[in-house]
Parts: sequence; structure tokens; C-alpha cells
Amino acid sequence: MSVGQVLLVAVLAVPALGAVAVAATPRDRPARLVGTVAAALTLLAAVPLVFGGRSWVAWSAGAPAVRPWHQLDLPWVPGLDLRFHLGVDGISWPLVVLTALLTLLCCAYTMWRVPDGGSGRALVALLLVVEVGILGTFLALDLVLFFLFFEVVLLPMYAIIAGWGGADRRRAARKFALYTLFGSVLLLVGVYVVVAAAGTADVVALTGGGGLSRGTQLVAFTLLALAFAVKSPLWPLHSWLPDAHTQAPTVGSVVLAGVLLKMGTYGLIRVAVGVAPEGARWAAPVLGVLAVAAILVGSLVCLAQVDVKRLIAYSSVGHMGFVLLGVATLTATGIQAALIGNVAHGVITGLLFFLAGAVKDRTGTGTLAELSGLRETSPRLAGLLAFAAVASLGLPGLAGFWGEAFAVVAAVQVGGPLWTTLGVLAAVGGALTAAYLLRLLRQVTHGRPSPAVGGVGAGLAGAELTAWVPLVLLALAIGLAPALVLGVAEAPVDALIGVVRR
Amino acid sequence: MNAVQSVDSVALLPAYLAAGTAVLVLVVDLLLARPRATVVVAALGALGTAVASAAVGASGERLTFCVGADCSWVFGGRAALVGAVVALLTLGVLGLSAPALRAGRSPVGEYCFLLACSMTGGVVLGAAGDLITLIVALETLTLPLYVLVGLRRGSLASAEAAVTFFVVSVVATTVTLLGAALLCAVTGGLHLDRVGALLAERPELRDLPLTTAAVALLLVGLAFKVAAVPFHAWAPATYDGAPLPVAAYLSTASKLGGLVALLAVVQRALPAEQTGPVLAVLAVLTMTVGNLVALRQRRTVRLLAWSSVAQAGYILAPLGALALAAGRTGEARSAAYAAAVAYAVFFVVLELAAFAGVTALRPVGADGGTLADLRGAARRHPWRGAALGLALVGLAGLPPGLAGLFAKVAVVRALLDGGAGWLALVVALNAVIGLAYYLRVTASLWTSPTSPTSPTAGGAVAVPLVGVVAVVLAVATVAAVVVGVAPQLVLDLAGR
Repeated sequence: MSVGQVLLVAVLAVPALGAVAVAATPRDRPARLVGTVAAALTLLAAVPLVFGGRSWVAWSAGAPAVRPWHQLDLPWVPGLDLRFHLGVDGISWPLVVLTALLTLLCCAYTMWRVPDGGSGRALVALLLVVEVGILGTFLALDLVLFFLFFEVVLLPMYAIIAGWGGADRRRAARKFALYTLFGSVLLLVGVYVVVAAAGTADVVALTGGGGLSRGTQLVAFTLLALAFAVKSPLWPLHSWLPDAHTQAPTVGSVVLAGVLLKMGTYGLIRVAVGVAPEGARWAAPVLGVLAVAAILVGSLVCLAQVDVKRLIAYSSVGHMGFVLLGVATLTATGIQAALIGNVAHGVITGLLFFLAGAVKDRTGTGTLAELSGLRETSPRLAGLLAFAAVASLGLPGLAGFWGEAFAVVAAVQVGGPLWTTLGVLAAVGGALTAAYLLRLLRQVTHGRPSPAVGGVGAGLAGAELTAWVPLVLLALAIGLAPALVLGVAEAPVDALIGVVRR
Repeated sequence: MNAVQSVDSVALLPAYLAAGTAVLVLVVDLLLARPRATVVVAALGALGTAVASAAVGASGERLTFCVGADCSWVFGGRAALVGAVVALLTLGVLGLSAPALRAGRSPVGEYCFLLACSMTGGVVLGAAGDLITLIVALETLTLPLYVLVGLRRGSLASAEAAVTFFVVSVVATTVTLLGAALLCAVTGGLHLDRVGALLAERPELRDLPLTTAAVALLLVGLAFKVAAVPFHAWAPATYDGAPLPVAAYLSTASKLGGLVALLAVVQRALPAEQTGPVLAVLAVLTMTVGNLVALRQRRTVRLLAWSSVAQAGYILAPLGALALAAGRTGEARSAAYAAAVAYAVFFVVLELAAFAGVTALRPVGADGGTLADLRGAARRHPWRGAALGLALVGLAGLPPGLAGLFAKVAVVRALLDGGAGWLALVVALNAVIGLAYYLRVTASLWTSPTSPTSPTAGGAVAVPLVGVVAVVLAVATVAAVVVGVAPQLVLDLAGR
């Protein structure tokens, strides 16, 4: 086994074994420490995946469109066409690192504060299992294995929401589980539509259509896109998201918004568009219209929200709308915008949920009407919130800018009345995004301190800073140097567009 | 021509052992009159039957009781699998019954004898090559269960359940027999392969109304045994009234028996053009109705009963692919049969684990109780609760219950290979409905029992664990995990 293969296995095995170790450690605090160490080791294994294996420069006809830097291909269940086939390339690596980082930050945050509801030990173990599922989804290069990891996430995340969530957690958790399973059973059928027609589940061999007939591609793309649309979520299949995000504990919201939603958009790019390009071309206008509808609906709903967490949750619908618009253009610019939008949203919304959780923990309320004047009592927290909100609304120089701006640019570049209109409407949605985030800021930070805010101390705990600073720095770094993400993603995206546009 | 038939006794060894176990149990009970010895003999007999089935099956197909090319006893891969699984299930059920038997809730000798008789029926069923052997074996499997269901001393529910089961089952048998008789009248053959060949050769026979009636009656009769909707109404009442281990046996071994009989006639005797549409409709109805009604259940065993009705729908689903021409090619057909058998094997392992979990979490000799009785059980008994949770999640078809996930995957795959995408979608959507109630039960295992909605019920006290039950639970859970990680084992066996 090469170093790359060892790392690939380690990225999945370390958190899995970590979860077992956490469950086996009898005392609560040491167990949480074990979990945090496992999460840190996972990040250490994920980062060096970027080195080596990138011998090729540009895409050329004849070569497969997916050329992983490292891959590992072992048989598992030949009777179901399931192979244990892992690989990493420029499309998946940024998401792998983001997942490992956010999980580490969540585990570290749990060292300091365990939400009410259950033991911190169990929460950390579940976070690690969720991490295994998400990382596996990003690394899988076999359609059936992809589906398998997609499913792994479901129950642990349900347990996190149902066990440590807010007052209405059971209903929210059940809604999350049923919606998500609805998506993943469609994924199962879609995957086997492809496998039955092509006789293989290898993503490398299938990317570009792999000789599937037009009819099969249309059916497969419809099923797969529906499956991923539930996860992403795409309007009008988004209604599980606000409840789940609002009721989940802070760390649950961070993982949900930060990386769980990305499984949907990543799947759309890698599986749905890659495997059924003809279906993608056929459905692109519908996808584009729905994405823009999501942007507008998400923004308008946000303007009317009265709860901080719910507002941030709905803002995800709008932001993921930009990502999906980028994918729907099926251009290199659009997909690059989607990828960087994915990462940026993960970083910024993760930070926003951490901050909203902090505000809610300190004041005991998340209602906007009861919050005001935070900058008077806790200027640092208010400052960070302002930073995150401004990053989220897409100020140039911060991470949120690139994904949204270039999704619009890509739509206009495609041209034609439909896509130009979509581009313009998306830009209007961008303006609405600014409106609701500024409204949030005005309400929470400005004005005279409300009774709930009045008692908040100025200090921030060390653990909080530890969890937030990396995200702040990343939001700055990606904003100033988007090449961090785009540099590694350029070649695989060009290769993908090469086969999709054929 | 030789007047005396040569009989291949090796092929019959598993059946000899199973029947011998029943007789030996009776003798031991009569002579020794020691409950423990009786149970041990029955357990050893079941184990021996399982080993013999596997060993005989490993050496290739063996035929005996042949008239010309047609044989009444075909002991191949499928028969070996069925024999071994039924025997192991019997062993498991014996283990689950041990505490109740020790407490004197049921007469030990009779209980073990009847269970061994039923096991004999199951072992013979897998190898049956003609309609009469098939129906007699199926009756041998079912007949002892009428008594077993009613064997809980002093329980009115138990007696009611037994009568319900008896009446429905007898009607079903009559219908099956009538169908078999009509089929024999049309074709003049009794052997499954011969009937199949005749119907394939002479299309004019297939178009006879009498043939259609025969096929319909046979399928309906067997659908009763599998508890397929709309012939399912007996199952929930019977399961709930029966002692827990007997309910476990009904929903695993007995259901497997019904499925094997159905599979035998569909695969070998009946024309697929006629059975396919019927089976497709049965499958869709069974899983949908089973899942929807299970949503509303408040009693544990009733919920498991309705869920096992739904699971029967998933088992039948791959056979529904025969309704389409694309599903009737040789390759698609064998894939569909293999998927049905594989699903059944995954299902019985998980179902036994679930019943073992419920038995372990309930006081000795108690019935399944209500869902509220299980609330918070996993907080009091983490290991038992986790095992039950794993089994339920597996039945729902989600990780970490990988066995159930692969079972669903196998069914969906077979359906799409057979071109029945719509049926695959129905299966998939039913899995979502199924999750709703499995999740409710599983989550309630970890719910804090002191929540204001439920007063501390009778189940909230710690339940001592009986060693044998713990062993059965552990073995079933380990088996579920193993077939979950290496599903190819089951898929290979099912495809033979």
C-alpha cells in the first residue's frame, strides 16, 4: 500500500476507531478528550492527501474524466457490484479537509460545553460516526459505496438532534430522518438504474455517461437530482432544514450546515452530473429556475424571521441556491463557483451557528425582538457576529463573495433570455441577502441593551475562541486567496466539463 | 424394471435427524421426566439437523424417490440453506423459551416435541419436489404451531389466538389443496418440474380457465401462510396472543416456510406470465398496508407482527418482476429468486434478534407488552437495548444495521435488473414509511423513562437477564453483524 492509500484508510478508520474508543472510555471528560484527539488525527491524515499523485496537468481526450490523486480499490460484495473504492481529487479534497476541521472544532467545543440532554461522551462518539459517513461520501468512487456512506450519516445525526436538541427536538429530528431517507432511497434506485444499465458502479468508468442511453440518463439524473435536492436542500424540498437546524444543538447545527448539506451538492456534481451528463443538460434549466427560486424564497423568508438560528438556517437555503445555480450552468466557471461556494458556506455558516449558539447560551433566548445592544455589553462577540454576517452576505475580500458572484457571472455567461434573467434574479437575491443579514446585525448588536442582553459579560471563553478563530482565519484566507480551493479544483473541473459538454 | 426403489438415505439424513429429534424428545420426556434433559436433547437434535443439512448440501444436489426423471426429494443448495436456517431458528427459539419453560408456564415435553415436529416440516419443505410432499411438509410445519400458540396455561388471549390461527390456516390449506388438485387435473403431473415443463410445452393448457383458477388458488393459499395482504388478518392477533418465543418462530421459521413453498411453485411449476402480475400486486399491497398499519400500533408484538407483514411484501417484491417480459429472461428470473431468498435470510436473522431483544427486556414469561413498557429500557440495560436497537434499525434497512440495508439493496437491484423500476420505487418509498415506526420504537428505548407523558410503567424496573436468552440474543446479533459486513456469504448461498 502506498502512503496515499494508507492516508485514505486512516481518514475513515481513525474517526471510526475513535468513536469506539470514546464509547469504551468509562469517564466522561477523558472520553471527550479521546474523541477530540481522534478528530485531530483525522485532520492530520486528511491534509497531506493533497501531496503526490498529481502528475497530470490538463485534461486530454481519451483519459478518464476522474483521475484521483490517490485511490484504493478492493472488492467487497461482488453480488451487489459493491467495491470498497476510495479516492480523492481536487473536487473532494477541500470538502474532506473542511469536514475534518469542523468536526475537530465541534469536538473541541464539546470539551468545554456539553449541551443539555445527554452525556458529552455519547455526543462526541456520534459526531465522529457522522464524520465517518460524510468523509466516506466524499471519498467514495463507487456508486453503491457512495450510497452506503450517504446512509451512515442519517441515524447518528438523528440521535444528535433528538438527544441534545431544543424543546421541539423530537419532531424536528423525525422530520430530518424521514426527509433524508426519502432522498437516499431515491438515490438507491437511481444508483441501481445506472448500475443495471452500465454493469459497473465505478465512478471513474462511469463519469461522462459511460455509454448509457439517453432514456437511462434522463431517468437516472431525475432520481439522483431529486435525492441530492432533498439533502442540499433545494426549494421546495427544503422544509426539513429550518426545523432541524433550529432544534439541533450548536455543534449539530454546525456539522449540519457546514458539511452535511455539501453531501448533496457534491453528489450532484460528482454523481448526477458526472454519470448522467445528458440528463444534466436536459434538466439544467429546471434546476436553474429552482435554484434561483430557492435564493429568492430563502432571502424573503429570512427577512421575516424572528429567531436567530432559524434565520441562519433559512439563509442556508439561499446560499445553497447559489451553489446549485452554479452547478446548473454546467460551465467551468459555474462549477468552480459551486465548489468554492460550498466551502465558503461551510466555514461561514459554521461560524454563524457557533456565534448564534453563544448568543443563545448567554441570553437564554434566540428571539430577535428580545435581543439588542450586544455591542454594548459584549463587543467582541458582537464584532465576530458582524464579521460573520458580512462574510455571509458576500463582501468582496471575504470567502462568501466568490461563490455568489461567479454563480451569477456563470449564469450570465451562458447567455440567452432564460439564463440572463436567472443571473439578474440571483443578483437581486444577493442584494436581499445583504438586507436580511444587515437587519440581523442592526437588531442584535445595535440599539440599547435589552434586559436579556444586559447581563451578558464581555469575556469569551478560551474554548470558544479556539473553535472560532480557525474559521475566521479561513474565511479571510479563502476570501483573499480563492486559489486555495480553486487551484486544486481547476483541473478536475475542466476534465468534468470536458465530458459533460461533449 | 426394479420393483424396489433405491433410496438415497444420505439425502434424507437431515429429515431423519429432525424427525428423530421429535421422537427422542418424546421418549426422553417420558422416561427421564427431567425438563432440562428434554430441552437439551431437542437443542442437540436441532443443532445436528442444521449441521447435517449443511454437510449434505455441500456435496452437491442429491435426488431420491424418483419416478423416471421426476423426483420427489431434491436436496440441493436451496434445501440445505432452508434446512439449516429452520433448524438454527428452532434452536434459537428453544433458547428463548427456556426461562418460561423453567418457570412451568408450558409443559416442557409437549412444547419441545411440537417444536421439533415443526422443524421437521421445515426441513422437508426445502427439499420437496412434488406438490403433495410440499403441502404435507407445509402442514407438518404449521400443525404443531396451532397447539404451541395456545400452550400458555391459563391465558385466554393465547387460546383465542390459537383458534384464529387454526381456522384461517385450515381454510388456507384447503384452498391450496384444491389448487393443487386442479393443477394435477389439468396437467396430469404432480412433480413441480414436470408440471412446469408441461405448461411450458403446451401453451394451450395455460390458456384454460381451469389452469388460471388452479394457479390463483395455489397462490392465494400460500399467501395466507406468508401472511400477505389481503390474507394477513390472522397474523397480528395470533402473534400477540402467542407466547413470545412462539411468536418469534411464527414470524421467522413459519414465514420462511411459506415463502419457500411459494417460491418452489412459482419457480418450478407455474407459468410466470400468470404468477408475475398476481405477485406484484400482492407485494405492493403487503408492504404498503403492513407499513401503514404498523404506524399506529401501540403494542410491541403487534407492531413487530405488522412490520413482518410488510417485510413479507419486500420478500415477494423481486418475484413481482416476473410480471414484465424483461423480468422473465433466465438471468433476471434467477436473480429475482436469489434476491427473495437472500432477503428472507437477512430478515429472519434480524427478526430473531429483535424478538430475542424484546424477550430479554421483558420479565420471564411476560408477553410483549406495550411500547411504553420498553421506554427507557436501553438506559437501564445498555447492551440488551443496543442489540434490540440494532435489530430494529436493521429491519428498517439503515446503517449500522447493514444486514437489512444490503437486503433492501439486493431486492432493488434484482428489480431494476428485471426492468421493474416502478416496483423498486414502491419498495424504496415503503422503506421511508417503515423507518417512521422503527425509529419511534428505537428512539423510545433511549428516552428518559421519567418523562412526564408516561407514568413509570411496570417495565421500568430492572429485568434480570437469563443466561440462555442472553446467549441467543448475542449469537443472533453477532450473526446479523457478520452477514451485514459480509453479505456475499448469504448472496452466494441464496443464488445456489
